[in-house]
Amino acid sequence: MTPKQEDIEKAKRIRKGDVRTASRLIRNIEDQIPEAKTTIKHIFPHTGKAHIIGITGPPGAGKSTLADALIGSFREKNKTVGVLAVDPTSPFTGGALLGDRIRMQRHAEDHGVFVRSLATRGALGGLSKAVGDAVHVLDAMGKDIIIIETVGTGQQEVEIINHSHTVIVVLVPGMGDEIQAIKAGIMEIADIFVINKADRDGSRQLYAELMAMLDMANISSDGWRPPIIRIENVFEPISFQKKLEELSGKIEGHFQYLMDSQLLGDRLRRKSMMEINEALRASILEPVLKELAENGELEMMAEKLIQKKSDPYSLAEEIAGRYLKNVP
Amino acid sequence: MEDKKIRVMVAKPGLDGHDRGARVLARCFRDAGFEVIYTGCHQTPEQIVAAAIQEDVDLVGLSCLSGAHRYLFPRVVELLKQHGADDITVIGGGIIPDQDFQMLYDAGLKAIFTPGASLDSIVEWVKTNVKPMP
Ligand SMILES: Nc1nc2c(ncn2[C@@H]2O[C@H](COP(=O)(O)OP(=O)(O)OP(=O)(O)O)[C@@H](O)[C@H]2O)c(=O)[nH]1
Ligand SMILES: [Mg+2]
Repeated sequence: MTPKQEDIEKAKRIRKGDVRTASRLIRNIEDQIPEAKTTIKHIFPHTGKAHIIGITGPPGAGKSTLADALIGSFREKNKTVGVLAVDPTSPFTGGALLGDRIRMQRHAEDHGVFVRSLATRGALGGLSKAVGDAVHVLDAMGKDIIIIETVGTGQQEVEIINHSHTVIVVLVPGMGDEIQAIKAGIMEIADIFVINKADRDGSRQLYAELMAMLDMANISSDGWRPPIIRIENVFEPISFQKKLEELSGKIEGHFQYLMDSQLLGDRLRRKSMMEINEALRASILEPVLKELAENGELEMMAEKLIQKKSDPYSLAEEIAGRYLKNVP
Repeated sequence: MEDKKIRVMVAKPGLDGHDRGARVLARCFRDAGFEVIYTGCHQTPEQIVAAAIQEDVDLVGLSCLSGAHRYLFPRVVELLKQHGADDITVIGGGIIPDQDFQMLYDAGLKAIFTPGASLDSIVEWVKTNVKPMP
């Protein structure tokens, strides 16, 4: 088989749902193996069908537990589910402990569920650089629903908005003044709020603060006001089941709202913009930087700056002039 | 820029719920620079194999203290083979009597570590014997 035929074969196997091929491709994307891009080219036309749901929130808020419950609820409706669960890479050792899967292991043998853990590998923003393409892989496999769990975020990790249709922000009572800080960041990206562990002290206060914040948010009459769902205790099956149904209703409702209101188009455009930005960076800037680093020019340029023989802008213009045909 | 990482899974098949050892090993693997998926306790061989394939790991480390390793460990190797995933290395650890070693090696396990083995020696073994898959 020629390499091209091989790629077409691989893409076919992925579209048939072959787990081994899919997980190996995700691995090659993470490892930044150049051939992975070629396979992505072949599956890309077959993506765009899944409803992509992001779950974000502070460490230990219950994101994975919620993802597990949502998998169960989607499976009852006969929808297939792919999950990408991101955990942080240690900046010191480069290793990572990927623990989200523990909470979802009961679905391991279900062929309608595919769970893949990803390490951040130094990416900021609460995700891995591989997430975008890994979503394409799950999408091409035909998963109806794709859930992305971010790392336990502080406040500024809002990348998830670029990758999902519906963002669920999971909060827990007792974060104190943190809510002030969180307001600035993840509050704006929430389509649905979940207050987890709502049997704890401070749940009422958190609810009131969120309500007040949403009251101020200036949502137009036909706009989407993010609902707030309080989950008292995931370990109480009957009440939890009710809340879970409420949540999955809101998730479906939100997707419907996106489709009815043209907002889906806006989100898709935003995502496509990000994808093309990243791809351009990878095929234009990175090779140039690599060459300049390898031939020592980068260091020589730094030296010129230190000695004030040149300035960053003149140097960049010179390089641009060399590599680009039409420099504005 | 290519950046290959060793991915490993630490799994506890069987009924015993003592996972301290498995957790310590998982952390130790992380500190060695591996990406480690931990599955938690009470896993069936079927669950372990399904997870290993979805996660595309290079190695599965099984830990068992209950005495059921004679059945559980070979079963994991067998299921991997059935799924065409016998390129995944399987090692075992836990309370395993000397006389069981040979039957486990024959079943396809690549190394056995008993509680006396140092964590460093396990990491060293993995670094020497496991390469990230192409
Ligand atoms: N009491 C109570 N505990 C919960 C609830 N939801 C989750 N937990 C527990 O909280 C702990 C953390 O849950 P996870 O689902 O792993 O949280 P997470 O947000 O995914 O954590 P990270 O991925 O590490 O950021 C676990 O021990 C859960 O069992 C809840 O509603 N009530
Ligand atoms: Mg989690």
